[in-house]
Amino acid sequence: MLTSATILSALLGGLLIGSAAGLLLLLSGRIAGVSGMAAAALRIADKGPPWSQAAAFTIGLPIGAAVVLAIVGRPEVTITSSVPLLVAGGLLVGFGTRLGNGCTSGHGVCGLARLSPRSLAATAAFMGAGIATVFVARHILGAG
Amino acid sequence: MRHALPGLVVGTLFGAGLALSGMTNPARVLGFLDIGGRWDPTLAFVLAAALVPSALAYLLVRRMERPVMAEEFCIPQNRTVEARLLAGGALFGIGWGLVGLCPGPALAGLAFGVWQSWAFVAAMVAGMWLQRLYADLRDHRPVHFTG
Repeated sequence: MLTSATILSALLGGLLIGSAAGLLLLLSGRIAGVSGMAAAALRIADKGPPWSQAAAFTIGLPIGAAVVLAIVGRPEVTITSSVPLLVAGGLLVGFGTRLGNGCTSGHGVCGLARLSPRSLAATAAFMGAGIATVFVARHILGAG
Repeated sequence: MRHALPGLVVGTLFGAGLALSGMTNPARVLGFLDIGGRWDPTLAFVLAAALVPSALAYLLVRRMERPVMAEEFCIPQNRTVEARLLAGGALFGIGWGLVGLCPGPALAGLAFGVWQSWAFVAAMVAGMWLQRLYADLRDHRPVHFTG
């Protein structure tokens, strides 16, 4: 349900995400793209941020979530996907974000903020594919 | 330290923002993507709010010679929209729509001890590695192994 509390935490969370991305740009001159950072942390990517930065950023993500868990309380997490679906989804997200050079953070938050035509196209592609997938799953196949 | 410290601070802020915003809940993300059902606009609020400080930082950067803690800005200058970019985006979007997780919320969500997140992240890492393997084989490079 969408309540005013949900909207407030969405806006606050969004401001934090955007500020984090802006801070990395000002301090280190880099894009805060999670898929690129994770790939660099795992040494899957050749280019990208220094390993120490990528690893620290990637570890910081669950630390930040744990801080929210400790201060605000446990956020609702509902995952209904079966194991085959989790594996298929994970493989596609991993493969696709590397092939397309970014995900919701790098193309969405960082790319749209600097009006990059590539990021605009990539965001349209993943939003469109995500909407189509949910439509087929829920309204044609009748799942979830 | 010059690289790791900003990485850790930014990653932690980013993860906190994701958890606070509700984006670590796949049900909410799927609700946003479900425009044919009971549409949940939360993700749009998150993205809109995130774009404000992010865009301000890009405006500030135009007046800066170099970043505070590094020698130069590494901002992608490529403006070509090629098939590879769109194909990657589409594949990512299908996976996103299947589960409701993208890389940031999936990694941040590891803090909540839900086993499904770990399964998803393991598959996501395998997918990243497979893309690298595919690219190495296609370009006739020696196959790269992690580590």
